[in-house]
Amino acid sequence: MVNLKHILSMRYNVPVMDNNYALYKTMLIIRRFEERLLAEFSVGKLVGTTHTYIGQEADAAGIFSVTNPEDVVFSSHRCHGHFLAYGGDPYRLAAELMGKSTGLVGGRGGSQHIQWRNFYSNGIQGGIVPVATGMALAEKIHRNGKITLVFIGDGTLGEGAIYESFNIAALWGLPILFVLENNGYAQTTPVEKGVSGSMAGRFAAFGIPVWECNTTDVLEIQSSALEAIQHVRSEIKPAGLILHTYRFSAHSKGDDLRSQEELESIQAFDPLKLHSPRLTDEERTRADSEAMAIVEDAFIRAGADLNPSLNTTG
Amino acid sequence: MADTVLNRLNQALFSAMESDEHVYLLGEDILDPYGGAFKVTRGLSTKFPERVLATPISESAIVGLANGMALRGLRPVAEIMFGDFVTLIADQLINHAAKFRWMYNDNVRVPIVVRTPMGGRRGYGPTHSQSLEKIFLGVPGLKVIAPNTLGDPARLLSAAIADDDPLLFVEHKLLYARPLLESGQGELTEFKIQMSAKAYPNFVLSIPNYGPHLTIATYGYNFELARAAALEMLMEHEIFTEIVLFSQLSPFDLEPLFDSLQKTRKLLTIEEGTQSLGWGAEVIARIVEGNNDLGGYKFRRMYYLQA
Repeated sequence: MVNLKHILSMRYNVPVMDNNYALYKTMLIIRRFEERLLAEFSVGKLVGTTHTYIGQEADAAGIFSVTNPEDVVFSSHRCHGHFLAYGGDPYRLAAELMGKSTGLVGGRGGSQHIQWRNFYSNGIQGGIVPVATGMALAEKIHRNGKITLVFIGDGTLGEGAIYESFNIAALWGLPILFVLENNGYAQTTPVEKGVSGSMAGRFAAFGIPVWECNTTDVLEIQSSALEAIQHVRSEIKPAGLILHTYRFSAHSKGDDLRSQEELESIQAFDPLKLHSPRLTDEERTRADSEAMAIVEDAFIRAGADLNPSLNTTG
Repeated sequence: MADTVLNRLNQALFSAMESDEHVYLLGEDILDPYGGAFKVTRGLSTKFPERVLATPISESAIVGLANGMALRGLRPVAEIMFGDFVTLIADQLINHAAKFRWMYNDNVRVPIVVRTPMGGRRGYGPTHSQSLEKIFLGVPGLKVIAPNTLGDPARLLSAAIADDDPLLFVEHKLLYARPLLESGQGELTEFKIQMSAKAYPNFVLSIPNYGPHLTIATYGYNFELARAAALEMLMEHEIFTEIVLFSQLSPFDLEPLFDSLQKTRKLLTIEEGTQSLGWGAEVIARIVEGNNDLGGYKFRRMYYLQA
């Protein structure tokens, strides 16, 4: 049995009682950031496309509360929540979404293509998985104890490249955690029409152990993530972490075909509502105002920044 | 007996692995005693057992792994057993390897080399004989390089491995057994050779003291055919040919071709792929765009299939 409290207090050198607060605040920053983003789109201040993480916040908050700061992360098109939970700067992310030269990658990448420290994302379904597997191989060669995490969704299960990667990661004993966030929909296609058989069985076929969470409770996710990550790090072998979750917003912006009834019923799984009773009124108020201030500051500052000169983007 | 292209490529891999511990090889069936389908990696797994990685039949993952390794500080060289299989690595080359550096605002480098044999006339049939390199010409962020018998293939491959950017290294199958040419000897006796001072040099072969009638632009194995044709035209018909031989196919850098065409005004491009939208088409388009006065110019493409 993993002693979560001990590990967290060792890692962050903070009192254990702050765990609930830290998780709540991380989730809240993601929620407020994404809400602000959609608002900016709706008034035409942001253009292009984006994929928000609203509803899935517990996954990122739980996982990144138990990673090491030097671990390597490859995220997908839906990367904002992962990046913010990784410890990324909301201001640099907002600037990137606006295409500003102060953005994470100078405004070149936009919503789905960001890079900062050991965090990478790309908007190609499936293709990122062999890349992340190669990163895990490199870190194993470097013998530095870093593990690699790669994020896929239920939709990504249709891409063949991931199974090539599962096979090689298992054959070569690569320290990689395949995080599968099943939010029930690949864009507009429900999981029943896109995924046959068993999700866990896909990993089992390659002899990769799986931790599976059918909850949006951030504490349960944190606990499973910790066990899976410890397995990857100590055994130097791959693992799968399947998180069944709910996406409250559209896939990107205007492409939600779900019924009002369904959208209302899944609100019962709101990870913020599940977790907030663990905080005091004072903590909730404080987290609310801090998250709001962080997001407000990010968008105001980013909005005032310069656009890159024309000859540096394409 | 002169060294073969195969031996020189093999030597380059030995030297690169010996001098830089970050160099890794990945590919299918590349371990000894087999040493790869065309033997380019022979001996390497014996000398560097930790750094030669035999993979399952997973081309997409091979190049994906290489991309990830390169992003995290290594210099992988991936072998794709037949060039026909580049269709399976297109996503990794175009949407990953070639994109990362620009897309991440120059924060990262992706120093991968993907080596693969192309070309026909070995009897391998429709799906193991193609020349598909043109699919990757003009992909921003990706270089396409092809060795030949004139430049040292080892030098070319070493430069490719030392390159910080991703690169597709196209080896024509018929080149492997070919001996390297030596300046002023054998088939080169008639030619004066100028080599550009670039990492991936181009060459101009001319016949001294005579004004040339025709310019041939080509790369890789087709230089063997162009050279034979040029000698035949010289001996049988007293037609003087200048051959401009390229090592770098993409990005396009056609400098010496402009000089040659000012003399000949007649250009023949030779490639083994199909006619449409190929290397030759782009070469001619650039010559046309770069000339205000095309009076008297003639252009022809040679290709393997009209498609």
